[in-house]
Amino acid sequence: MSNESVQIRNRRPLAQRFIRALNRDKYLYLIMLLPAVYYILFCYYPMYGVTLAFKQYKPKLGILGSPWASQNGMKYVLQVVNDPYFWTVFKNTIVLNLTNLVISFPAPIILALLLNEVASSKYKRIVQTITYLPHFLSTVVVVGMMTSMFNSTGIVNELLGKLGIGPIAFLNDAQYFRPMYIGSNVWQGIGWDSIIFLSALAGLDMELYEAARIDGAGRWKQTIHITLPGILPTIIIMLILAMGRILNVSYQKILLMMTGSNQSVSDVISTYVYRRGITKADFSYATAVNLFQSLVSLVFVAATNWISRKTSETSLW
Amino acid sequence: MAIKEGGVSRKAFNIFNYVFLFLLMVVCLYPLYLQFIISISHGLEVMKGGITLLPRNVTLATYRAILRGDLFMYMKNSIIYTVVGTAVNLFMSCLCAYPLSRRTFSGRRFFTAMVSVTLFFGGGMIPMYLTVKQFDLMDTMWALILPGAISTYNMIIIRTAFQSIPDSLVESAQLDGATDLTILWKIVIPLSKATLATMLLFYAVSHWNSYFDAMLYINKKELYPLQIMLRNMLIGGQLAEETEMVGSSAASFATTDATLRAGTIIVSTLPILIVYPFVQRHFVKGVMVGSIKG
Repeated sequence: MSNESVQIRNRRPLAQRFIRALNRDKYLYLIMLLPAVYYILFCYYPMYGVTLAFKQYKPKLGILGSPWASQNGMKYVLQVVNDPYFWTVFKNTIVLNLTNLVISFPAPIILALLLNEVASSKYKRIVQTITYLPHFLSTVVVVGMMTSMFNSTGIVNELLGKLGIGPIAFLNDAQYFRPMYIGSNVWQGIGWDSIIFLSALAGLDMELYEAARIDGAGRWKQTIHITLPGILPTIIIMLILAMGRILNVSYQKILLMMTGSNQSVSDVISTYVYRRGITKADFSYATAVNLFQSLVSLVFVAATNWISRKTSETSLW
Repeated sequence: MAIKEGGVSRKAFNIFNYVFLFLLMVVCLYPLYLQFIISISHGLEVMKGGITLLPRNVTLATYRAILRGDLFMYMKNSIIYTVVGTAVNLFMSCLCAYPLSRRTFSGRRFFTAMVSVTLFFGGGMIPMYLTVKQFDLMDTMWALILPGAISTYNMIIIRTAFQSIPDSLVESAQLDGATDLTILWKIVIPLSKATLATMLLFYAVSHWNSYFDAMLYINKKELYPLQIMLRNMLIGGQLAEETEMVGSSAASFATTDATLRAGTIIVSTLPILIVYPFVQRHFVKGVMVGSIKG
């Protein structure tokens, strides 16, 4: 009984407090108005648009008004699951991105460790400045340069020809697609992605190294026992972030690199979504395909999170 | 970390390290350099092959052809999209960041949650495409600007910068009767110039480099940005068409597909190359800020 009366007594002041807060912060709410409208129109409305995967899209009715698809709305989801080509694309996505992660993720860490060993701060700065540059080039330019260098008459095949190695179809042969894609990713990202590890390295405690040296540990041992454990938290956080992005990075580059002859390995979920959705206007089907991508991303993040929680318990003793 | 230590292996490692990093720099710069020397070489020499370190039979025919062709129009489009887009980005990001940075703001938790959700969930390509279509933005500049008006990640960096301004400054302004609009404009923004400059550069580079949005939303040729033109040169095999517009220079083979492509790559990268050395430190700082409180 007393509880009830307390609630009743609190209710009115709460409402009053809210109105008073609204009044007091009216300019802040006013400032927030435009951004809020933006987020609703261009983030939440498209987010709701994911329901398109369960709808029969009618252009005149829009996303909100379109009726639900047949088979309890599962028509397109079932179509995706039963589409053998979807599973090819699904496999391509996983293989390409996992291979990419295994190679592209450690590269900037290694660069950061090497830069950390450079005694001359001037040389270090020059290396940093120059290796960051590829990050700012557009995808189109990067693929353009790659095409120019690796095509049948490009400089790479020219040099290989001098060594007696016949022209290699780097751009068309399906077996070279993954190396080309991953290689260009490393080229573009190695410098820029090392920044965060360099800043973690700069924050390490110098006294630890001092103590290790007194104990007779060489540079290599110091790296293994102090440096790496020291930046491990950063590495793990970056890894989890990378896992979250794993399925949706760089499809813009893949679209540019895709040719008829490498499509068997280069076609991934996002490029398939683009072709079915935008080119063929199969909106509901494409949205359903995309839904699987989001689900897999979620699984990847959850899994990495779980693994890191397990392992960091043992490694951060 | 200049720790001098003896030992032959240490010295060997240092030499290896310096050489390796030097090679890495070469690998990072060479592709662009190669495009540059191709673009100023005579088309016939490029066809013969063998251009690796120096240009051959230097000519500016390619750049003259580019200036004469439609590329100029695409460049103009790109400049407009970049300038207007970046202005909208900064304006909206500041508007969003300021209330979220005020600790006393009663709607702070609600709006922070609303914004943070978008970091993890999105509609994806198709719902976004249909949204833009439904709002009648297709084939307008706004299709390239409004959907990405705020990058939540950049906005959070700006909010962090706003938060680092001492509360006492804002409070004393409030006592003087200044409204939040005045405080934002007269105090908070001027004090966050360094961060805002960094964000300006992030936003501008991403507008300048983006091609995919234009591929989705722009079908009118006269609205294409430069990157789409470049993409069509590389992939669509539309080069013949472009060279026709370029005119008679193709007859002498001073400019070929290869030199035109290389020239366009250089022209479209030039703005970044010019600005880059001056702002490079700001870029790095922006990443750091974002990583500390992202």
